Amino acid sequence: MTIFIPTPLRAFTAGKDAVEVNAATITAALDELTAAFPDLRKHLFTSDGKVRAFVNIYLNDEDVRYLPAKEATEVSSADTLSIIPSIAGGR
Amino acid sequence: MSVLRMSKAVYDDLRAHGEETYPHECCGALLGRPDPDGWSIKTFVKAGNARTDSAHNRYQISPGELVKIERESRLRGLSIAGFYHSHPDHPAQWSQTDFAEAHWLGCSYVITAVANGKAAVTNSFRLAGETEENKRFEAEPIEVEDAANQDGD
Repeated sequence: MTIFIPTPLRAFTAGKDAVEVNAATITAALDELTAAFPDLRKHLFTSDGKVRAFVNIYLNDEDVRYLPAKEATEVSSADTLSIIPSIAGGR
Repeated sequence: MSVLRMSKAVYDDLRAHGEETYPHECCGALLGRPDPDGWSIKTFVKAGNARTDSAHNRYQISPGELVKIERESRLRGLSIAGFYHSHPDHPAQWSQTDFAEAHWLGCSYVITAVANGKAAVTNSFRLAGETEENKRFEAEPIEVEDAANQDGD
């Protein structure tokens, strides 16, 4: 499957905006990604291994938080995973 | 110091977005290409303000919309270079809320003050730093280029 890397994290993927991984679940895909690019890990996960609150992960067009199996959801080679930090603010 | 470059058309249009949504905050994404010292913005995408509960002083782009914007930028050979929003009847300076909610390191956050419905000052701040723990906003100049001086896209 293809994992799309957002602009701020490309500094940790040698400038790549997309990384191909061969994984059976979302968790395995993220593990493979961070094994290949270890510096990514602290940007995606808290010290106890949870996805940081401001990091959104989408499987195709679905927010992984709302999938029944969440990160354990099975994936295929045709799926895409988007990592999208949140954007908000105000005066 | 980084520099944010954009055409006058982009600059005028994103400021006009703040007038359209006044007295609510507008928001959107800046699409461009990296320069050695900043970003060249080629276009922007208007986004809906997901903070309908407090749109006069808060903004949020829904992650689902961001995924679509990111996909569109990739298809156009561009990157999300930053975001813009407006501060209705408030200075064009980043707020503690802006800072707490800023997570796109290396990207530009453009703020337009809209006073009584008219776009006033527009400022840009680069989210500098290497991690969430040492991030900081740094003011950066906006270079507005005439169309005649733009390179091709």
